Amino acid sequence: MLPLIVGQFGILFLAFVALLTSAAVMVYAERKVAAAVQQRLGPYRVGPKGALQPVADVLKLLFKETLRPAAADKWIFMLAPIISATAAFAAFAVVPFGAETTFFGLLEEPVRLQVADVNVAVLVVFAITSVSIYGIVLAGWSANSKYSLLGALRSTSQMISYELSYGLSLAAVLLVANDLSLTRIVEAQGGYWFGFVPRWFVFLQPLGFVIYMIAGVAETNRAPFDFPEAEQELVAGYHTEYSSMSFAMFFLAEYINMVTVSAVATNLFLGGWQGPILPESMGWIWFLVKIAALLFFYIWMRWTLPRLRYDQLMALGWKVLLPLAVLNLVVTAAGVVYFGN
Amino acid sequence: MGTELLLFYAFAAVAVGASVLVVARPHPMHSVLMLIVAFAALAALYIQLHAPFAAVIQIIIYAGAIMVLFLFVVMLLNARQEEAPAPGTLLVRGPLRSGALLAAVLVAELAWALDAAQGSDDGLLAGGAGADPASLGSVRELGRVLFTDYMFAFEVTSILIIVAMVGAVVLAKREL
Repeated sequence: MLPLIVGQFGILFLAFVALLTSAAVMVYAERKVAAAVQQRLGPYRVGPKGALQPVADVLKLLFKETLRPAAADKWIFMLAPIISATAAFAAFAVVPFGAETTFFGLLEEPVRLQVADVNVAVLVVFAITSVSIYGIVLAGWSANSKYSLLGALRSTSQMISYELSYGLSLAAVLLVANDLSLTRIVEAQGGYWFGFVPRWFVFLQPLGFVIYMIAGVAETNRAPFDFPEAEQELVAGYHTEYSSMSFAMFFLAEYINMVTVSAVATNLFLGGWQGPILPESMGWIWFLVKIAALLFFYIWMRWTLPRLRYDQLMALGWKVLLPLAVLNLVVTAAGVVYFGN
Repeated sequence: MGTELLLFYAFAAVAVGASVLVVARPHPMHSVLMLIVAFAALAALYIQLHAPFAAVIQIIIYAGAIMVLFLFVVMLLNARQEEAPAPGTLLVRGPLRSGALLAAVLVAELAWALDAAQGSDDGLLAGGAGADPASLGSVRELGRVLFTDYMFAFEVTSILIIVAMVGAVVLAKREL
């Protein structure tokens, strides 16, 4: 029993550190890719090819003074970034990131690469996403600043609008998989059709995947859906009044949310840790490769597409994505009934 | 004391404490936040009852969707800190009396329910047919029951929500 508990805590610690590291790597990747898109060099002075830039950024933020506007609500102002960061970490707890593994024989018993195997994992991710709105709303309200409040209002309406399409695209996958557990959904995607096409749900749910990715970008407030912090209009949106580490927590939450959305997309649509060549116990390598590809797509999109206008955002969410998601769900349900599972 | 019991008392204490603070805090924003905490503590209690689905739905619907709307209203109306009315006036005594009456009714109801549940072999306390944890937690079973036995109630509820939505649109936009 004891080694199992040690393994569980190990996984917990591993996931925590991996998320923190992924945020740092993402900051670096984002700046380098942005530089490449804009034909610049990007950070190159700190460490080899600027690889230590995120470390320098964190150190800089640590030494800054934590400012709080005099008219701010003291407790809520302090609480908001904590809610954001906590929700970001918590959502990843139910996401499996590999099959059972012994880490190259390091452990005696194989452990499952997942912090908590919950029956209703998909719904837990969805629930935590809906709670994470509070971090942004409260930040915007408590700062007692007009720009912050406007950013918070925009983000809430945006997240509520896109949450529907997000949830409906998830529901279609659940119909196909006939399960709510992320682990079993991934396992259902093993093997090949006709011997070479992997049985990933993206091939059964192409429309669902597109809807999920668009809604996912909107849920994480990334460009071209970055209204809550549109620099040209709102200074910095909901985190205008934040400085030092409380600002860093919002920053961290944004990047971890991106990783979580990509990880869930990998599990639901891209077969999770399943892949050719490598044995299943090393499937986490495939998982990392798939997540990295999705994250690159995120960054690529941010530096390629201009921001939408607010009415365009609402029109896209309610008049395009939502009807498509409903259609996708109905067609999927009919297909499941007709063909069986 | 077992871990489970300890957790129960911890979450129950959080739920009760947060609910008291909902009423006691003078600022509406703090009340809303405390209500969310109370809902979260209730969700934790559902998990202890082996009903993870109900717990997650509690978070999504109440903590996630409905409370965001509450928060919106409080934010947009720009509600300020409430001034407490002077003690002894009718403004204090009236709500106090009706509140005490309602509390007494609630306690009586609870006592009656507990008494009735102990006598029958149905319900959670008795561990009868309705208390099977596996069927409570299973989403599939819940969906089946919802769309067969409770079909009518389910559809009536959805009609009620649609009526409310149409009503809200009509009230908000008098000229369409």
